[in-house]
Amino acid sequence: MLLDQLPTGQRAEISAIDWSVLPADEGKRLRALGIDEGASVTIRHRGIFFGRDPIALSIGRMTVAIRRVHARAITLRAPDAAPETIA
Amino acid sequence: MTVHQPLIALVGNPNAGKSALFNALTGARQKIANYPGVTVERKSGRFTFADGRPGELIDLPGSYSLDPTSPDEAVTRDVVMGRQTGERRPEALIIVLDSANLDQHLVFALELLALGLPTVVALNMVDLAERDGLTLDAARLAADLGVPVIPTVAVRRRGLAELAAALDAVILAKQAPHAPLGEPDMRARRRRAEHIANSAIVSQTDSRRWTDRADGVLLHPFAGPIILFALLFIIFQAVFSWATPFADALEAGAAALGELATATIPEGFFRSMVVDGVIAGVGSVVVFLPQIIILFFFILLMEATGYMARAAFIMDRMMAGVGLSGRSFIPLLSSFACAIPGIMATRSISDEKDRLTTILIAPLMTCSARLPVYTVIIAAFIPSTAIGPGIGMQGLVLFGLYVFGIIGAMVVALVLRSTVAKGGASGFLMEMPKYQLPRLRDLALGLWQRAALFLRRAGTIIFAVTIGLWLLLTYPQVPEGSSMSQSEYSAAGRIAGLLEPVVAPIGFSRDIALALIPAMAAREVAVSALATTYAIDAPDEETAALALGERLAGRWSLPTALAFLAWFVFAPQCISTIAVTRRETNGWKWPIFMLAYLFGLAWVAAGITFWTATALGL
Repeated sequence: MLLDQLPTGQRAEISAIDWSVLPADEGKRLRALGIDEGASVTIRHRGIFFGRDPIALSIGRMTVAIRRVHARAITLRAPDAAPETIA
Repeated sequence: MTVHQPLIALVGNPNAGKSALFNALTGARQKIANYPGVTVERKSGRFTFADGRPGELIDLPGSYSLDPTSPDEAVTRDVVMGRQTGERRPEALIIVLDSANLDQHLVFALELLALGLPTVVALNMVDLAERDGLTLDAARLAADLGVPVIPTVAVRRRGLAELAAALDAVILAKQAPHAPLGEPDMRARRRRAEHIANSAIVSQTDSRRWTDRADGVLLHPFAGPIILFALLFIIFQAVFSWATPFADALEAGAAALGELATATIPEGFFRSMVVDGVIAGVGSVVVFLPQIIILFFFILLMEATGYMARAAFIMDRMMAGVGLSGRSFIPLLSSFACAIPGIMATRSISDEKDRLTTILIAPLMTCSARLPVYTVIIAAFIPSTAIGPGIGMQGLVLFGLYVFGIIGAMVVALVLRSTVAKGGASGFLMEMPKYQLPRLRDLALGLWQRAALFLRRAGTIIFAVTIGLWLLLTYPQVPEGSSMSQSEYSAAGRIAGLLEPVVAPIGFSRDIALALIPAMAAREVAVSALATTYAIDAPDEETAALALGERLAGRWSLPTALAFLAWFVFAPQCISTIAVTRRETNGWKWPIFMLAYLFGLAWVAAGITFWTATALGL
């Protein structure tokens, strides 16, 4: 499943990120914010009625806004497969 | 003898509360300058140790790592590594961590600790962490990091004395972090940071309940935009109505000062320069100070509370449509008051191409200097007929001019993003800080700094330009008995003569060409210049505008008046905007480009308006 398909409020672990589709600096910023393979994320909010873009993710105790086009470069492990203990 | 002042750098992630800590440690004794060759602010202030020794504290731009993704982050890296031109290497670091976001902020902290500089960690905003149900063990953290860790609440001045004492101790002992921390790889550092954070957390509950609940409303897909637009409406109201009495007072003050100067200085070159050049010219710009202060009050408030990131979030989708991101929203919003603070606010845009595009379209937002021009022309030429309940023809035209500017800006942004500012769609990756109550003292300090910056600019660039224009309009002096007016005879008048064939096709007369020259200082000067040209001797601006309207209605055709309005939607007639663009883009290339494209558009827009209106027989 891709990150932008994750239902709001559900937590999932990032299994892979296709760095090649992201601009170099954008990838660097993603990693700097901790959005990397193995991290677990929850979608908190989706953008306004028009396109529901961007989305607001929570990662750890931080909230990060990301555009859907970049969220589609991020693949998730199936939500139910992610162990509950990952923080 | 000069006392050795150790340089201490405050460094940390964005949203760690670094600036609040900086304000608390230095008070109002701050200096804002630019690092040479880049448009990154250098904020420094005086810091006093417990025994009264002075030190210099610098507030480095918030960063996520020493591998920069923006000019700001590059400055942070270069300063802490001692590679920044014109800056000595700091003798010590204060690493600022947000207590509620420890695992994230420790990643960068570990990288900084590996530099081996004497360091103290400020575990900031412990009160907010406690509010969110998070208890931390500072001693455990200090043991793991190998440096003193001081819990602080910058906004309540908690922990500041302890921080100063710990800093003193590490500087005296030249005490470098003793734990081996060299983790070359970001992922390894992140794992380590999570491990250290987890051992420092004594207990925790659900994260950020408060912020999540507020976001549920403020980021709601329907309520969110409505709240944002309601807020924008209030801001606009405030900028245009609350500012009026203050602006009037400033105007009256400038007029009184002019009269005083007229009465005290003997007639001649010097008096004319002071009264007509300096006081009138600088006065016409300083009049915008109340609007700028009110606008910045709201902008600083939105920033301090954390709402700004939400506004950018809501606007991102619309901005993406023209190749920009939500980050461009605030600079463009500011530009409705004045493009100068708007262009300065583009510094927060990390993508270079986005930033350039935003700077180039900022002058298309209808700034308040255009209002006097629009008001005079609309009052003279547009009938005040009602076309619906509460909607008049005149108001509709004014609204249309705003919309025209916005649409123009969007089209230009689209074109620029696929030509001179070409580049892949930049992202909108942005940390959304938690909500906080703003602190009055920090707001006041921010407002003071913005106002001082604006006044300094009015006192230098605008001052010089005003005198230059005044010289052009005053010399050479018209000989006695000549039938020509001074403005026609002056150097500016001769330039207008050259300009006339260029603007004649779009319906502008020589008088209009003459008014356009002094309006380069600021658009609203066009009104007083027209008044001068049509030899109106009125005691104040309002009567001048009224009388001017009557004269104009008699001399201009309707197509000319409409073309004149269209001209001012685009024309970059504001030398200060050009000056600030030069400074923010580090060269003459982009300001010249801006002048050329905006004058080009102004000519075309005025032309199309004139030709269409003429063809329609208006």
